[in-house]
Amino acid sequence: MNYYTMKNNERINLLDIPTIDFNALTAQLAASNLRPVSFFGSDWGENIKLYVILADDENKKLLVTSSLINKNIKEYDSITKENHQYHMFEREFYEQFGIKPLGHPWLKPVRKNQDNYEFFEMQGDETHQVAVGPIHAGVIEPGHFRFMCQGEKIYNLEIMLGYQHRGVEDLMLKKHSNQLAESICGDSVIAYNMAYSQIMEELSGTQITPKAKLIRRIALEMERIAIHIGDLGAILGDIAYLMGKEVYGVTRTLVINTMLEISGSRFGRGLITTGGVNFDIDDNLSKKIVDILNNVKNTVEKMTHAALKSSTVMSRLEKTGTVSLETATELNLVGMIGRSCGINLDSRFDFLDDFYKDLKRKPFKATNDAYSRFKIRYKEIIESISFVKKFLKVLEKHKQENLCVSTKDLIPNSFAISIVEGWRGEIVHVATTDETGKLSRYKIKDPSFNNWYGLSMAVRNNGISDFPLCNKGFDLSYCGFDL
Amino acid sequence: MFDTLKMKLHQKKQYIPDIKNAPMRTQFRGLPVLNNSICDKCGKCKDVCPTGALNINPLSIDLSKCTFCGACKNICKNNAINFSSYYKLGTDKKEKLIVTQEITQEEYNKRAIEVRKEIYSVFNRSIKFRQVSAGGCNGCEMELNAAGNANFDMGRFGIDFVASPRHADGIVITGPITKNMAYALEDCYKSTPKPKIVILCGACALSGGVFQESSELNREFLNKYKVDLYIPGCPTHPLTFINAVLDFIRKK
Repeated sequence: MNYYTMKNNERINLLDIPTIDFNALTAQLAASNLRPVSFFGSDWGENIKLYVILADDENKKLLVTSSLINKNIKEYDSITKENHQYHMFEREFYEQFGIKPLGHPWLKPVRKNQDNYEFFEMQGDETHQVAVGPIHAGVIEPGHFRFMCQGEKIYNLEIMLGYQHRGVEDLMLKKHSNQLAESICGDSVIAYNMAYSQIMEELSGTQITPKAKLIRRIALEMERIAIHIGDLGAILGDIAYLMGKEVYGVTRTLVINTMLEISGSRFGRGLITTGGVNFDIDDNLSKKIVDILNNVKNTVEKMTHAALKSSTVMSRLEKTGTVSLETATELNLVGMIGRSCGINLDSRFDFLDDFYKDLKRKPFKATNDAYSRFKIRYKEIIESISFVKKFLKVLEKHKQENLCVSTKDLIPNSFAISIVEGWRGEIVHVATTDETGKLSRYKIKDPSFNNWYGLSMAVRNNGISDFPLCNKGFDLSYCGFDL
Repeated sequence: MFDTLKMKLHQKKQYIPDIKNAPMRTQFRGLPVLNNSICDKCGKCKDVCPTGALNINPLSIDLSKCTFCGACKNICKNNAINFSSYYKLGTDKKEKLIVTQEITQEEYNKRAIEVRKEIYSVFNRSIKFRQVSAGGCNGCEMELNAAGNANFDMGRFGIDFVASPRHADGIVITGPITKNMAYALEDCYKSTPKPKIVILCGACALSGGVFQESSELNREFLNKYKVDLYIPGCPTHPLTFINAVLDFIRKK
C-alpha cells in the first residue's frame, strides 16, 4: 500500500501525503489488519479529500494516506462490511460529507438528525423497551439509551448520542484557543489542551523546553489519578457500597486541590498554553505534591483492600458486563477500557517520548469484566503516582529553563497529528493548514468514539440493574463524542 | 467489617464546618480586582480573551462570559488585572456580574443576591434541584457532583439534586444549550411543578462561553423564561455554588 510513514507529534507537508484511488483505498482498508486511528474528510476545492491514519502497533508507526473524491460521487462500497473497526468512522464521514457507504450494516445518525433515528426493535412474548434519557437521573451529561429487554435481561442496548453537539470542529477553524480546547471535554482538560498545544507547536515549528514538557506530563498523570479515584468511588456508589464512594470522593478532592495549587483551577484549566505552561512547580510545591500523593496512595491502597475483601462488592463486580478480547479487538476498543479487555495499547508507551521511556509498568491480567475495569484503575493510580514522583525528580535538573516560549505563525500546507493518552485512552487531534497558513481542518477523536459500542456489548445478557455499574466502569464521554 | 470500621477511623472528619467562610487557596482565580488608573489601554487583554469578556474603556470584566483562565492577567504588563481568591460570585441579575474598578469584594457581596421573602419563606430549609446538562463539558457537572460529597456536603443545608423534575423545586442548567438539547430542556422545565426556580451555572450557561459563536446553539429558552440565579465560573467551584444557593434561600 502507498503510505507516508510519520511519528506522533510530527508536522509533514500536506502534499507529501500520497493520494490514491478511492475504490482502491477502501478495498485495501477492508482487507487491512492495521488499526484505524483517524478517518475523516476535508473540503479540497471542488472535491473532498479523505484522510486515513492507521497505526502499525507492532512497529510503533503511524501511516497516513489520502484519497481525492469527486463531489459527484454519492456512494461507495462500505468498508465496514468486511472490517467492523470502521463502522463509526464511516457513519461520521457519511453524516459530514453525504457520501453513502453502501452495505453498511448500521448506518444511523451520529450527532445530527435525531428526529429521524430508527431504533432497533425486538418483538416477541414479554419483550419490552426501556428508554432512558437524554436527561439522566444523576448529574451527568445527556444521551439516550434504549434497552430491549425480556424481563430483567437486556438483549440489546442502543445508544443515541449527539445531544451535546456544539460544533467544536467548526469553531476551531473560526477561533481556536487553549480555552476552547479545554472545554471540548471538561474531565480531560489537560489531555485535550496538551494535544491542541502540541499540534499548534508542531504546525508552527515551535520547540518548547523540557521543563514545560515535564510539567505537562505531571499534570496529565495527576488528572489520571484524580479521575480514576473518582471513578472507583462512583463504581462503588452504584453498587451501594457507600463507604467506598465517600472515601474515594474525599481522596479525589486532595488530588484536584493540589491541581488548584499548581494552576489555580481544580481541573488544571489555564495551566497549559501554546508554547509551554503558565505555572511553575517550585521545590516547596514539589515536596507538597509528593507528600499528598503518598497520603493518597496510602488511603487508596487501604480502601481498595477493604472493598475487595467484601463479598458483596466482589459478587457484583465479578463476571458482570464481560467483553471478550475478540469483541474488543473487532470493535477497536482503545485506552483503559481496551486494556481491561486485554488489548495492550497505551500511546504513552507505544509512541515513546524522552520522559516515558525509562518508566516501567507491570503487565495487567485482564479478566474483561467489571472487576477488571475496577482493578485497572487501581493499578493505573498506583503507577501514575510513581510516574509523577519520578517526573518531579527529573524536573529538579531543569530548574533554570523557561516556562514558555513565544510561538510563531502556522506553516502553510502542513499536516500534523498529536496523540495524547488521556485517562480514557488515546485522544487524537489532527490538523491541516491551507496555503495561507490558516487552519483548514481540525479533527478530534475521543477514545469514547471507539468505546461506546463496547458498552452495548458489555451489558448484553446482563440484568438491567447492572447497567449503571457497567456504565460507570466504562465512564465514557458524551461531549468528547458529540464534539 | 473490621476493615470498613478501620477505614472510618483512618478517615476522621472530612467536612468543611463553616461553609460560608471556608478558606480558599490563594491560587484560586475568583473575583477580579481591576485597576483602571494604571491601565494604558493597549487592548492586548481584549485580544487574548477567548470569550470577549473584557472591556477596556473603562476596564471591566463581564463574569457571565469570563472563563477565569487568567490569560488577561498574564499578558498585562502594568498588572492592572488581578484575580482574588474570593469565591462568592453568584448574583440574581446578569447586570451585577460586570466587575469594574469600583466594585470591591464587599460591594459585590452586598448587592449580589437580594433577599426575597417569597423565596425564603418557602425554600429556607429545603430546596431540591433537577440538573440539566445542555451541552456542558462535564466540568460543571463534576463540580456539582462534588458539592454533594463528604467535603462540601450540601445535603446538610437541605440542598440536593433529585432524579426527576417532578420532585424538584427548580432546575440547574449547565452548558451553552445546544440545539439538540433545547427540546429536552424545555420539557424538563415544563415538568417541574410551580413555583419553580431556574439557575444558570457556569460561563457556558450564562453566555455561551467559549461556544457563543457556535451555530449549533439554541438559547431561546433563556428569552422565554425568567432566570433567578446566575453562578459564574469555568467550571463553577462547589463553594461558589453552595454559597450562592444559601444566600438565595436564606435571610441574610
